[in-house]
Amino acid sequence: MWTDYLIYIFLGIGLTFNGLGSIGLLRFPDVYTRLHAATKATTFGSIFTSLGVVTWAFTQLYLTGSYANLSLALHTIIAIAALILTNPVGAHAIARAAHRSGVLPKYAVVDRLEEVKK
Amino acid sequence: MTSLWFLTAFILMLWIFLSILRLILGPTAPDRVVALDTVNTLVVALMIILAVAYNQIIYVDIAIVYALLSFVTTLYIAKYLEGGI
Repeated sequence: MWTDYLIYIFLGIGLTFNGLGSIGLLRFPDVYTRLHAATKATTFGSIFTSLGVVTWAFTQLYLTGSYANLSLALHTIIAIAALILTNPVGAHAIARAAHRSGVLPKYAVVDRLEEVKK
Repeated sequence: MTSLWFLTAFILMLWIFLSILRLILGPTAPDRVVALDTVNTLVVALMIILAVAYNQIIYVDIAIVYALLSFVTTLYIAKYLEGGI
């Protein structure tokens, strides 16, 4: 089927962005830049690897007509929705907690939040 | 097609090990929490891929529950670091 190529593209994009997120976690200098790299890149990458699974499930549904594949696609979409809704909120909570526990940005030019707190 | 899913799962596992390296090295506590959050996201993706690789649809439900529970855990650790508990 032609959707095989779509699955390859989705999995390729997903693995690339997940890898960039992990490498950014190792390479960046302080916690805020690491959070920036890791959260955005891995959320995007995980969405795309899951979209590959959704595409595979709909292809199998079309080819075999078994409704178990429809269940797989819907549950994967629910998992994607859970990731999209919860990951940015978790990142926000970590960044806020890091700033409040006294970890300062390493190469920051201005820190307006610190000025407001004084 | 089966080997494609296992190859994807293997590469995701490599990225998880890279993130665990930051979990071990991380100089401050928030660094480790960020690494743990990344590992959680990658594990959810890995569970969905393995559901297809082993052809078990029930694994995706475990991924949903894992995503929601890891979110609660992240919020709890963040609240603790902030000094709220």
